Amino acid sequence: MQLTGAEIVIRCLQEEKVEYVFGYPGGSVLFIYDELFKQDQFKHILVRHEQAAVHAADAYSRSSQKIGVCMVTSGPGVTNAVTGIATAYMDSIPLVVITGQVPTAYIGQDAFQEADTVGITRPCVKHNFLVKDVKDLAVTIKKAFYLAKTGRPGPVLVDIPKDITTQKCDFHYPKSISMRSYNPVVKGHSGQIKKAAQLLLEAKRPMIYAGGGVILSDASDRLTRVTRKLGFPITQTLMGLGGYPATDGQSLGMLGMHGTYEANMAMQHCDVLLAVGARFDDRVIGNPAHFGQVARKIIHIDIDPSSISKRVKVDVPIVGNVPDVLDEILKLLEAADSKPDAKGLASWWKQIDEWRGKKSLQYKQGSDLIMPQYVVEKLYEVTGGDAIVTSDVGQHQMWAAQYYKFDKPRRWINSGGLGTMGFGLPAAMGARFANPKATVACVTGEASIQMCIQELSTCKQYRLPIKIINLNNGYLGMVRQWQQMFHGNRYSESYVDALPDFVKLAEAYGHVGLKIEKPADVEPALREAFVKHKNELVFLDILTDPTANVFPMVAGGKGLSEMILAEDL
Amino acid sequence: MRHIISILIENESGALSRVSGLFSARGYNIESLTVAPTEDASLSRMTIVSIGSDDIIEQITKQLNKLIEVVKVVDLSEAPHIERELMLVKVRATGKDREEMKRVADIFRGRIIDVTESSYVIELTGNGAKLDAFLDAIDRSLVLETVRTGVCGVGRGDRILKA
Ligand SMILES: Cc1ncc(C[n+]2csc(CCOP(=O)(O)OP(=O)(O)O)c2C)c(N)n1
Ligand SMILES: [Mg+2]
Repeated sequence: MQLTGAEIVIRCLQEEKVEYVFGYPGGSVLFIYDELFKQDQFKHILVRHEQAAVHAADAYSRSSQKIGVCMVTSGPGVTNAVTGIATAYMDSIPLVVITGQVPTAYIGQDAFQEADTVGITRPCVKHNFLVKDVKDLAVTIKKAFYLAKTGRPGPVLVDIPKDITTQKCDFHYPKSISMRSYNPVVKGHSGQIKKAAQLLLEAKRPMIYAGGGVILSDASDRLTRVTRKLGFPITQTLMGLGGYPATDGQSLGMLGMHGTYEANMAMQHCDVLLAVGARFDDRVIGNPAHFGQVARKIIHIDIDPSSISKRVKVDVPIVGNVPDVLDEILKLLEAADSKPDAKGLASWWKQIDEWRGKKSLQYKQGSDLIMPQYVVEKLYEVTGGDAIVTSDVGQHQMWAAQYYKFDKPRRWINSGGLGTMGFGLPAAMGARFANPKATVACVTGEASIQMCIQELSTCKQYRLPIKIINLNNGYLGMVRQWQQMFHGNRYSESYVDALPDFVKLAEAYGHVGLKIEKPADVEPALREAFVKHKNELVFLDILTDPTANVFPMVAGGKGLSEMILAEDL
Repeated sequence: MRHIISILIENESGALSRVSGLFSARGYNIESLTVAPTEDASLSRMTIVSIGSDDIIEQITKQLNKLIEVVKVVDLSEAPHIERELMLVKVRATGKDREEMKRVADIFRGRIIDVTESSYVIELTGNGAKLDAFLDAIDRSLVLETVRTGVCGVGRGDRILKA
């Protein structure tokens, strides 16, 4: 049967069992939206800004392991979406982005709402396509879904000129696809895996360092088994939180620029490091030369060969799918004659416990000003540690990461790689669509929340009972912190003047708003929000200590063990 | 170190910009880049000359392999190989210079492929150093125009790059 391009797009999405398409219509996608109107197999979620469509689709994926799908129109629709696409790209999130384009014959003529979508997005997608013939449409969409999810995941964009959506051809959706130029490695090299197991068993000061790859590949159960079997300490990156239970005794918490003292010290001083789905980025290991001053053997498991030995030379590279490789390692450990070095481990743990004794996350909650850390701790208690927590970017993001103890994967949703302010609220929407029963909280700041505040309207339309925890310090807090520490207290443009009345703003959008100014009111207000107003969106505007800073801190260019602690100041 | 990287890539529109975009985005250097379809018209072969430390060249190959349309990548300069570049030089050729120009072109096994009363176009192939040497050997003030294709190369003997 002959279908139009627009019908084909819809059929492909149905074949892929898509539940939600996050999008915003416009001229070049009108025919697709017309077909969308005629079906009810999947739902379209109308956001208020294309950036939010992509963030929502992104968080839908992060919180569910499914592929997120979004659709926008040509020109400004695409340029608005770029921040979202780049955000997903930096964190390797599988998305399929469908964009309208001006009719084929108009391309290159500076047509109304024309933009070189493939050119603009090339550096921030895993791959993109411009469909030039309706006969290629179905197979291109199939490829997009296949590429997004396999290998190192990422966003894939399909740009469809308007005329293609009206042309007809036979519809056939391929069951599977193979591309001669794309063959991601799955199984790790068995020789390397043997070497890795051997090294792990010989280690005296071992350390496991796990990143977002563990979450993306659904390897947290495997990682937990390997870690428990070995009895080694484990730390996680900002993107890896939840990959191993934070409340477990072997967990040293997060490492990096704002990592715990014990995690950073153990990372620096270990003799064998098992890196799993992590990429040694600048926010994690600080100055690579300083990191290299201590001799250690590094085993690195990653699906992406280019992540290996990029910033830090490794000794045992293992390219492969993380859960498969961990399975192999577990098998070898179970079959091995030797056990991990018990004596070495005991004295290593003794050292680590000493480092833990620094209590680097300690803070003081007085009776006057609300400490942001306290709010996150109370949030953890009130939600039973069971919420999906999204965040924006800034100090509040770091406090959420430090004080909300994630025991399960896909509960912590943040823009780690690109650091996109404005991510939190649309991400909370996407997470709630993927998990319709989950408690979803967005920990944000008064500056970040205003970057996608219009989505309060989307939340109303779809009755999303998100709880917005606005840690309102009146500052671009993270910027202010750097200015205080590294720019002689010159607070250049970091004070957020003329803030709206967030309570009234929430009410104007039809939600509940609460303002909290006293430490004693924090917990009751959280209970009110999460219990009494369970089914409503509540905007908690919490006025916090404007001078609070995030510690520990590894300043840019410094070594991991050169932390500034709260007590130092 | 100078490396010659050979790439087999799907002959799709935009493939070249994916490769050149990768180099500029990651700050890798390109000395020269040549590209044309192979005997299998669905594939293009690209040759890139780049200068970088071993670590950088390793990253370049890995990043190139990561491009979805790239089928194969080899560092030709890792093993015995042949490299060639084509140059067309238009020179002023009048009076006594006319004879001298022909003589030097002969020495370098160049061919004169266009002749006017006052100029020659000389075609030369060889590795980059040979082409440079030719330009050094003639009177520079006589050079009107030079066009170089950039290097292309192939492995010696059994080294074959095929999809
Ligand atoms: C889109 C975007 N613009 C600028 C920045 C730089 N930036 C990082 S944190 C920050 C301040 C965020 O302020 P707020 O949301 O109030 O959070 P706080 O740090 O105060 O908790 C800024 C401006 C960014 N990350 N993203
Ligand atoms: Mg703030």
